[in-house]
Amino acid sequence: MQWEIVIGLEVHAQLSTNSKIFSGASTTFGAEPNTQACAVDLALPGVLPVLNRGAVERAIRFGLAVGAHIAQRSEFSRKNYFYPDLPKGYQISQFDLPIIGQGSLTIQVPTTTAGKTYKKVVRLTRAHLEEDAGKSLHEDFQGMTGIDLNRAGTPLLEIVSEPDMRSAAEAVSYAKMLHTLVRWIGICDGNMQEGSFRCDANVSVRRPGAELGTRREIKNLNSFRFLQQAIEYEAQWQIDTLEDGGTIHQATVLFNSDKGETRAMRSKEDAHDYRYFPDPDLLPLAIDNELIEQIRGTLPELPLSKQARYVTDLGLSDYDADTLTSSREMADFFETTLNEVPKEAKLCANWLMGDVSASLNREDRDITQCPISPQQLGGMLKRIADGTISNSAAKEVFKILWSEGGDPDTIIETKGLKQMSDIGAMEAMVDEIIAANPTQVAEYRSGKEKVFGFFVGLAMKASKGKANPAQMNEILKRKLAG
Amino acid sequence: MLNSSLQQLGAALRSKKISSVELTQLYLDRIATLNSKFNAYITVNEEMSLAQARAADVKLVQSETNALTGIPIAQKDIFCALGWRTTCGSKMLSDFIAPYDAHVIEQFNSAGAVNIGKTNMDEFAMGSSNETSYFGTVKNPWNHKAVPGGSSGGSAAAVSARLCAAATGTDTGGSIRQPAALCGISGLKPTYGVVSRYGMIAFASSLDQAGPMAHSAEDLALMLNVMAGFDERDSTSLQRESEDYTRDLNKPLNGLRIGLPKEFFAAGLSADVAPAIEASIAEYKKLGASVVDISLPNSRLSIPVYYVLAPAEASSNLSRYDGVRYGYRASEYTNLADMYEKSRAQGFGEEVKRRIMIGTYVLSHGYYDAYYLQAQKIRRLIAQDFDEAFKQCDVIMGPTTPTTAFNLGEKNDDPVQMYLSDIYTIAVNLAGLPGMSIPAGFGGNDLPIGLQIIGNYFDEARMLNVAHQYQQVTDWHTRTPQHIEG
Amino acid sequence: MSLSINDVYKVARLARLGMSEQEAQTAHDQLSNIFGLIAEMQAVDTNGIAPMSHAQDITQRLRKDVVTELNQREQFQAAAPQAKNGLYLVPQVIE
Repeated sequence: MQWEIVIGLEVHAQLSTNSKIFSGASTTFGAEPNTQACAVDLALPGVLPVLNRGAVERAIRFGLAVGAHIAQRSEFSRKNYFYPDLPKGYQISQFDLPIIGQGSLTIQVPTTTAGKTYKKVVRLTRAHLEEDAGKSLHEDFQGMTGIDLNRAGTPLLEIVSEPDMRSAAEAVSYAKMLHTLVRWIGICDGNMQEGSFRCDANVSVRRPGAELGTRREIKNLNSFRFLQQAIEYEAQWQIDTLEDGGTIHQATVLFNSDKGETRAMRSKEDAHDYRYFPDPDLLPLAIDNELIEQIRGTLPELPLSKQARYVTDLGLSDYDADTLTSSREMADFFETTLNEVPKEAKLCANWLMGDVSASLNREDRDITQCPISPQQLGGMLKRIADGTISNSAAKEVFKILWSEGGDPDTIIETKGLKQMSDIGAMEAMVDEIIAANPTQVAEYRSGKEKVFGFFVGLAMKASKGKANPAQMNEILKRKLAG
Repeated sequence: MLNSSLQQLGAALRSKKISSVELTQLYLDRIATLNSKFNAYITVNEEMSLAQARAADVKLVQSETNALTGIPIAQKDIFCALGWRTTCGSKMLSDFIAPYDAHVIEQFNSAGAVNIGKTNMDEFAMGSSNETSYFGTVKNPWNHKAVPGGSSGGSAAAVSARLCAAATGTDTGGSIRQPAALCGISGLKPTYGVVSRYGMIAFASSLDQAGPMAHSAEDLALMLNVMAGFDERDSTSLQRESEDYTRDLNKPLNGLRIGLPKEFFAAGLSADVAPAIEASIAEYKKLGASVVDISLPNSRLSIPVYYVLAPAEASSNLSRYDGVRYGYRASEYTNLADMYEKSRAQGFGEEVKRRIMIGTYVLSHGYYDAYYLQAQKIRRLIAQDFDEAFKQCDVIMGPTTPTTAFNLGEKNDDPVQMYLSDIYTIAVNLAGLPGMSIPAGFGGNDLPIGLQIIGNYFDEARMLNVAHQYQQVTDWHTRTPQHIEG
Repeated sequence: MSLSINDVYKVARLARLGMSEQEAQTAHDQLSNIFGLIAEMQAVDTNGIAPMSHAQDITQRLRKDVVTELNQREQFQAAAPQAKNGLYLVPQVIE
């Protein structure tokens, strides 16, 4: 019998504000411990929180990007628990009335067939604002734990999905799409190593059509690879447990990336009773239409809309459209390049996803650090499109652009890379070749068509690689036919 | 000098009859002699006070003055003051030197006032007798066997015993008005949001409000002029045009409608307090006021509602005292959980722990709706009672407390009896309204009685006018306890 | 609703208040009395009444997203029970 895996994700995206959600301390990553923990972050006696407008605006931006309901009135609550990296003994979060209500996200899920994907809509339950906790450093300080509160009070948007995903691949596609989106709309830097984008996965299994099974929550997955591995391991563990006649108990588990295993946390879950209540220090948050419309006006075209446009208007494949919208910078690069050669979308896509991406990967750079500008690339592609240079000559131009820069046309000129388009000159070359190689000509004419390659080689060599291959082929065929 | 009004002290300072250093030294000397008797102060710091006095004298010479420049003001030890030990009456903070100034302290500093010391208080402002202070009980200057009231008992006693010119207090369920009544002084709790809570150590955030304690309504007005004001660091601080609270002091009271809630004059009001309040009302009639019978039907529920909401907020507000970043940490413990439990068990006193327990319980799973949510709904009913009442009257009057000061130790073992002593003051905090208490006579045991005046939102200037006019025709507020000679 | 001694222990544990058996018994008696006082509230019909969390019917003011706080670590950590290398130290945290 089959098992169905059911996955819902909770993603914590750190919002890219300058200051913290309730204080004026800096959010810059990597500062010396506790140098960015101000009186409010430290929960000194008598301090009070004041909400950061930047965090609210970013949450609204997200809500608009996923077509969600934006609450005209939301509320901050206190989630009470003791932990040394939680200075107030409570986390300010949103409970009953979150700022963002239901929305949805369309994802492209890769299949086992390379280049083939399918679309799926994942429903979002809600997204709410909350503050991050500090960090506990367990390196040995005479058997003690060190507490760094620089991160305490960093704004987070917790994005909660419905349990709509049915495989680790779907969960990863969803997480990646969300990761793309939050960077796309400029609300989160998406840096997973620094913890700016963290996933918790709720995993359960069931027989198809049955009620939802008991879920276990895998906490703090900070890479897509770990997300995939952790879900796969956890789902298999649950299936094995159930097939062995065991039962699943609700639990919070951690993923050990070294062992590739999940294990339940040692701390007692049943002791948790968060005693949520509305924070008396913070008044209800009202958001009016004016603010929503003002933010809507600054929202860029979203990846989904671009993807659809690339497929319908530009004739690109789903795969190409998906890849070109993997980040806003990539899409911008593509569109700027396309501006130079408006009719050559496929050519632009091929070069961007081919030579440009390969070169970037080789040097471990991203598209924003590309040494060739979209204008330069477009200028070169224009010359491929109008037949001025061949593809192989273009690779030569690309190399020079990459390492030395410059203007494509000047490079083509000075390096003599122009294609030969003088039919008469090419015919003369072919006549000469035919005259010099009577044996091979005879073989060809007797039906040994393999020899054709030999003539192409000679012809290209004679033209020093500048002949337009299509034209040269056509002339060769005509002349060899006799 | 000791019985001078703030106005008179200001005039004496500005005319150089006395310097701020001399005035400050006068009070410091009195504190040195008398504080052991009253225990009104937790912390006195002569050096810091005199430094402020010297700075004030410079300002006075340059005529850069405010009404309070150079005047020694006592600060309840709930306000963080940079460089001052700030304990909130607790062992938990017994060594805590505040690294910043509360907004209230900033306001006094920029007015050029002198901080003469930090006054004793019930631990974390939880108490009605000042007996829960880690630093010992405060004695009522009128009778050393009696409580001064609480939680601002140290401030009330300090004003009453002339150990400062005026003082600050905070009021969550009556903590300014009740001790003011029991110590025979004037005290005002403003509308919630008029005085910033920034730097004022939180008890119950949605109820806490700071206000002045002084000899007269006129002094209160001058104090409130300094304390009130918008502060962007407190989300509940109100953005309003600044007011001169002295502006209406001299208005006649002709036509004033005084609401008398029948619930405030029912069973429970002691036989000596009732006639004093009635006499005050009679005095008001002579001043041209009329009386309207009103009802606050839900006010009887204010104690149960308060003892759900205030402990709930407090249980969360006091979670920060965990022995990690500041404050008391137990000297011996076996692990993290033990460190928390021992530090908090040893650092907090019994009443604070009791309230944390109540608050934790009412918020916990399965009880929230029945207790916390129900209390919040009744809170609205209580507030609506006042809205209705103020359609018929301009101010509401009644007793501040059901009895005069009770004896030290009398209600210590019975929290419920202690809680009931706040029966007339709590509803005002739940509604967020301004309330005050002014001296209105003496009870059978020669202890002071307070008249409570409740105003509509932002009606402080009118309330001060009402109180001031009464103080023009009575002398209760000028009476001085015996045995306070230095 | 009557309070059991187990409730007292549970609540003390949630609030991180260490409590001896005798203290728990005393707390139990006093809290029971207080809940007796509070019980008066239960009979009130509050159907359709909106809960009141704040003394004012206004909404949240927002702060500009600017950094206003500078490093004051030395000053703040002067009050710490135990700190080293800029970190606050606590007994080992076990996950």
